[in-house]
Amino acid sequence: MEILVCVKRVPDTEENEIELNSEGNDIERDDLVYSVNEWDNYAVEEAIQLVDEHGGSVTVVTVGDEESEEVLRREMAMGAEKGILVSDDSFENADGKGIATILKSIVEKGNYDLILTGAQGDAGAAEVGGMLAALLDLPYASLVNKIEVTGDTGLKVGREVEGGDQEMNEISLPCVLSIQTGINEPRYVGIRGIRKVASVEIPTLSASDLGLAADSVGAGAAKIKKVDYFLPDLGEGAEMLEGSTDEIIEKLVEMLKAKGGLQ
Amino acid sequence: MAQIFAYIVHKGGVADDSALELITAAKKIDAGANVTAIVAGSGADLDKVCNEMTESYKEVYKINSEAMAYPNAEVIRKALVNILPADCICLIPHNTFGMDMGPGLSIKMDSAYVSDVVAIEGIEGSTLKVIRQEFGGQVSTHVDCDISSGAIVTVRPGPFPPDESKGAGGQVVDKSGDIGDISAKRKYLETVLQEAGDVDITKSDVLVSVGRGIEDEENIELAKELAEAMGADVSCSRPIVDAKWLDKSRQVGTSGQTVKPKVYMAMGISGSFQHLGGIKGSPFIVAVNKNPKAPIFQVADVGIIADILEFMPELTEVLNESK
Repeated sequence: MEILVCVKRVPDTEENEIELNSEGNDIERDDLVYSVNEWDNYAVEEAIQLVDEHGGSVTVVTVGDEESEEVLRREMAMGAEKGILVSDDSFENADGKGIATILKSIVEKGNYDLILTGAQGDAGAAEVGGMLAALLDLPYASLVNKIEVTGDTGLKVGREVEGGDQEMNEISLPCVLSIQTGINEPRYVGIRGIRKVASVEIPTLSASDLGLAADSVGAGAAKIKKVDYFLPDLGEGAEMLEGSTDEIIEKLVEMLKAKGGLQ
Repeated sequence: MAQIFAYIVHKGGVADDSALELITAAKKIDAGANVTAIVAGSGADLDKVCNEMTESYKEVYKINSEAMAYPNAEVIRKALVNILPADCICLIPHNTFGMDMGPGLSIKMDSAYVSDVVAIEGIEGSTLKVIRQEFGGQVSTHVDCDISSGAIVTVRPGPFPPDESKGAGGQVVDKSGDIGDISAKRKYLETVLQEAGDVDITKSDVLVSVGRGIEDEENIELAKELAEAMGADVSCSRPIVDAKWLDKSRQVGTSGQTVKPKVYMAMGISGSFQHLGGIKGSPFIVAVNKNPKAPIFQVADVGIIADILEFMPELTEVLNESK
């Protein structure tokens, strides 16, 4: 089974406090630690497990700048055989459809049975997988938390739906799936693993390599434009307890007693 | 003004809460909008939902097909492409169905797609101005959406209050004959229900709920000790279940359990909207988090900026001493 996994380099927002830049048109990115989008990492692990069991190979692709190569190497250290970096200045400010259009041209250059994306990225749009499938006229399932190979032409996939229930579907290959976290336990990648793939060549493809007109996917084609970033209105917000830990705990215990929090 | 549609998600003959929230969202786009509801399904359940919707929508498009007895996104998308007028604005709830269908529908309609909208500021010319959130809700962004060839908009459940005005006296228009070819390469098989766990957190009055801030599996013990001192049960957010540190039956959120405690202790939980969507009944929320910008502080009653790995044992000790 030939599998393509689409990944993205994103700031690690769990470990970082997000601040705005002085212009308010982006977050302050200088001090952020970047890594692979968490959902994408589960997708790569799932692809590797499928290939381990059923044969084939895993290719990881990302659309981004030079620095995105580190994310490809990390995923190759996990077990993806090939990496493809797609990079072009004209891609700047592409919207979801623009990214999906770029990825479509990558899919068409290969011969993939299965294309995986993370269920969502740092912008929380959860859109690229579904758009890519529609552009390719392939079947799609989102929020996938189980994949079972049922034959040469199909899969049985579980989707995570409301209430923790799992919606089971049959889907024909080739298809596009967006992967939910928790589907597997992604393997650990150590420095040694990354060193092993440090010298593997990763081709960089530009818009012209993919036959994409410069204005077909970037800012000019985007129907969605971010105007600015701002910090959400906190409204009333929480009453913040301050002081020494002892003082805070004393206040908190009183409140908990009043609210029925101590049974 | 583009025509506005609202896609009604329903189950077992009952419309989802989002059905009335979408009216409020539509009126933010155009205060005088005549919004048309779209209800797809089959049999008696479908008729029940259509009738319910006529109280709130002037026009209700009914799409009846055996193949839609379960809402298969591919089937319904194909029907909508044939039924929706080009250049319309179609609102869909940003839930597991909306995420499944919305992106592909926008491609097939050649419309703009803007997802998980939390506020709508209105229309200027052919630009729809909305607000979204990024980075797990830590940052908001104003987004301009070019609707000159229509738009598919998924709307976050919750931020738009339901429009309870009723009395619309609407008409059901049967569009079942217009669905066209709905053959699909994806087939729904069955829904596997979440198994009950050892504790039913939906019945708990007090929950000590842990998130990513717990850092390590062995630290779960700290939460259990605090819960014991408080007479509470332990619940958690999604990353803890993903890491298999606690059973999925203990997960609070739209993809887990919906809880209604009196007191909710959010320990090291950032507070994504999916997590908050599982907390109902306005409990007293205590949030402890290292990150002062964690979105949980926007909704909590009381906030404490601290490392839960230090704070929880201290609180436990004080509670145990006072017993």
